[in-house]
Amino acid sequence: MRNVWTVATNAFREAVRDRVLYNLVFFALLMIGASILVGQISIGIEQTVIVSLGLTATSVIGLMIAIFIGVGLVSKEMDKRTLYALLAKPVERWQFLIGKFIGLVMTLAVNTAMMAAGLYAALWVVKHPLERNDAYVLVAVYLILLKLAIIVALALLFSCLTTPFLAILFTVGIYVAGVFAHDLRTVQAVNLSDGTMRLMRGISYVLPNFENFNVMGAVAHGEAVAWRLVWQATLYALLYCAIVLAAAAAVFSRRNLK
Amino acid sequence: MGFNSKNRRMAKYVIETENLSKEYPYGFLNLKKKTSLEGLNLQVEQGEVFGFLGPNGAGKSTTIKLLMSLIFPTSGTARILGKSIEDVSMHQDVGYLPEQPYFYDYLTAAEVLDYFARFHRLTATDRRARVDRMLKKVGLETAKKIQLRKYSKGMLQRVGMAQAILHDPQVVVLDEPMSGLDPLGRREVRDIILELKKEGRTVLFSTHILSDAETLCDRVGVIVGGKLRGVGTPGEIVGIAAQGMEILFEFTGEAKNLPLLSGATKTGELFRVQVAEMELYATLDQLKAAGARIRSVAQIKPTLEEFFVNLVAADRAQANAVEVSGK
Repeated sequence: MRNVWTVATNAFREAVRDRVLYNLVFFALLMIGASILVGQISIGIEQTVIVSLGLTATSVIGLMIAIFIGVGLVSKEMDKRTLYALLAKPVERWQFLIGKFIGLVMTLAVNTAMMAAGLYAALWVVKHPLERNDAYVLVAVYLILLKLAIIVALALLFSCLTTPFLAILFTVGIYVAGVFAHDLRTVQAVNLSDGTMRLMRGISYVLPNFENFNVMGAVAHGEAVAWRLVWQATLYALLYCAIVLAAAAAVFSRRNLK
Repeated sequence: MGFNSKNRRMAKYVIETENLSKEYPYGFLNLKKKTSLEGLNLQVEQGEVFGFLGPNGAGKSTTIKLLMSLIFPTSGTARILGKSIEDVSMHQDVGYLPEQPYFYDYLTAAEVLDYFARFHRLTATDRRARVDRMLKKVGLETAKKIQLRKYSKGMLQRVGMAQAILHDPQVVVLDEPMSGLDPLGRREVRDIILELKKEGRTVLFSTHILSDAETLCDRVGVIVGGKLRGVGTPGEIVGIAAQGMEILFEFTGEAKNLPLLSGATKTGELFRVQVAEMELYATLDQLKAAGARIRSVAQIKPTLEEFFVNLVAADRAQANAVEVSGK
């Protein structure tokens, strides 16, 4: 576990020194602009606009970091050959992989936490005092972080299997498909055969179901989020990440470096 | 530093490979195979400096990467300190310098060494002391707080050397340790290798520079085309004394009409002549009598390139002979 932690803290340090967290400046500007604009044009829907915009930005920026940096976690180290000296130390390949995963999830956690703080600041500007149900914004941010963790795991798996470019394409593809996984499961089409329906349902269970993490609509309208949904989503994300990372570790453990 | 106690469990050979082979698939659907290493059987003994010699693409780096488990063998096995190379704990007592090393450029030299030291279960105080000692040893004390992105190639090589020996390993494997270094840097690396030998550690390093192998190695292994062509002392293997002597001389006055001058080459005022070893003293006497001033006398050593070219030519000749006799 110590090796995993050493790799993870270094991956976090890398993200900070490579100025990944600079995206927060963009987010801060977006929130400032939005709160000024909302204060001028909308009456009664400040909360909906600010929360929707803030959570969407948190999700989109997080997705970009998770995909682009996630794919580079291993491939960059292989290309630059920084892995050579490291793998010649008493460290298992899976420890390196899990460490990298935790390092990026830690970076995303700090990023989303800061964005949540910015979102609350913007919310306070447009309507103060804050209400009790505004605390559910934090739950929404937490669920976004779980979704991002799954994306990082997928990006890692694909980067162990193929080139960085294809890994980005595959990760984006799975993300888009995962957004519609719920629809795929519940679709009722009259002109499809039973076999096709069964296949679609089967695929929908393999794909990550990102609908599980989407509470943006409810939170934007100041509604509560059921705790059952939170722990179920947590369990789902943990299990999904574990399976994907186990697959990535299996591939990476026999991979020949260049 | 615990080194002697570690030694007690030492196997007969520190590094041992058995029929180690590596093939790389290529082409359409990876159907074709290129053999990079073929049935390598190599033994390196405790405390020796072993040089792995060969031209580019001969299989030196492939062997070293196999030993470090950076790539996996198609067949065969290898052991270091009696442990299978697949056993990660083996790396606890092994140091490795990759060819043209590259490290996290967002870290400083001190940080990168501390990072690597953490995998060796060292305490924070021990890590700090070792990192400082190593930086001093490789001459990077003054640059230790500069991020590696600002380092030159030679400086990175020094960081690589430092991380390889940071944890007092019993076995040190160095892939082209002199490449990219200026003469001073090369000398420093040579000194470090000799120091490691003095401390009783085993060193395996690859090179294609003959003089490095000559000055440092107890034994060398020559690899060409993925096959080990011979193992022995540098003199035995390359046949260093076989090509005669070279005399460099000049005349203080008018150049005399000596018969040997017809075979000499003249550069500026200096004459250069090559003679067989047994004719050396007679030639020197002639030159002395003619009033020449001797500037230097040196052995003519074959270059490694010549040696390799001869090996490849011998291979081809043998292959042709087999083909002819087959007909």
